[in-house]
Amino acid sequence: MSDAELIASLRAGDEAAFGQLVDRYQASLVRIARLYVSSQAVAEEVAQETWLGVLNGLDRFEERSSLKTWIFRILANIAKTRGTREGRTVPFSSVAADDDDEHSVDPDRFIPADAERAPRHWAVPPALWSTEPDERLLAGEVRELIFRTIDGLPPNQRAAIVLRDVEGWDSDDVRNELGVGETNQRVLLHRARSKVRQALEDYFRDDE
Amino acid sequence: MNDPLPEMPCQELVEVITDYLEGALSERDRIRFEEHLAICGKCQEYLEQFRRTIAAVGVVREQDLDPDVRQGLMEAFRGWSGSSAS
Repeated sequence: MSDAELIASLRAGDEAAFGQLVDRYQASLVRIARLYVSSQAVAEEVAQETWLGVLNGLDRFEERSSLKTWIFRILANIAKTRGTREGRTVPFSSVAADDDDEHSVDPDRFIPADAERAPRHWAVPPALWSTEPDERLLAGEVRELIFRTIDGLPPNQRAAIVLRDVEGWDSDDVRNELGVGETNQRVLLHRARSKVRQALEDYFRDDE
Repeated sequence: MNDPLPEMPCQELVEVITDYLEGALSERDRIRFEEHLAICGKCQEYLEQFRRTIAAVGVVREQDLDPDVRQGLMEAFRGWSGSSAS
């Protein structure tokens, strides 16, 4: 169904059309709201408020943007207001001058830089798991682990990986949402991905 | 002939994988990256793990919706369409 058809159906009170929209966006709305507010419960409230905002604004929606963009803009407004009220200033743009020396891999796993042979090469190479079948990598337990790892990241790294890799936004949209430059966006994303990779390595190594 | 480029050590490679995947490395560093990769099985494994990590993170998206939540939203819709129709 096109945006225009969907909107006409919604205005006509078509429940199936609304259900379709909910199925398509609800999970994403909660996930993105969670970047701004303190808990899953509050994120769900924000998503709910967003839907009410969508319905109440439907008559005024002029289709200058896509329906999706419009819905996510309503979400962002509500989530940011809510986050501010909670006293959370979300410092997405402070990329972390404070953790500048963060490493993708524990430095102890490499041969020291001043060694004569093979400096900065692997001393403790990655445990092998890249050929694990999808059934294992995508199993519930591993998904749960990925979810927990992402949840435990610093807010700006979490936002970068959620928007880019979970939601599949392109890098320009992520940069706009986070208010960071291209390089910083990549730094945040890379740190987040590196930590998830490490969590997976630990999981598969312990599992041998 | 140009001088050969300095090798990219493993510890440098693991820091620039996202830059590499996004096409953000300089031409020089891209060549160093690929030359190292060609001779280092450990870094090949690492890169492949990184790729699979990204793919696995994308799958988190496919989450089932809590039926109660969906039900609640449908009721809100009925309330809305009822009140706006009247």
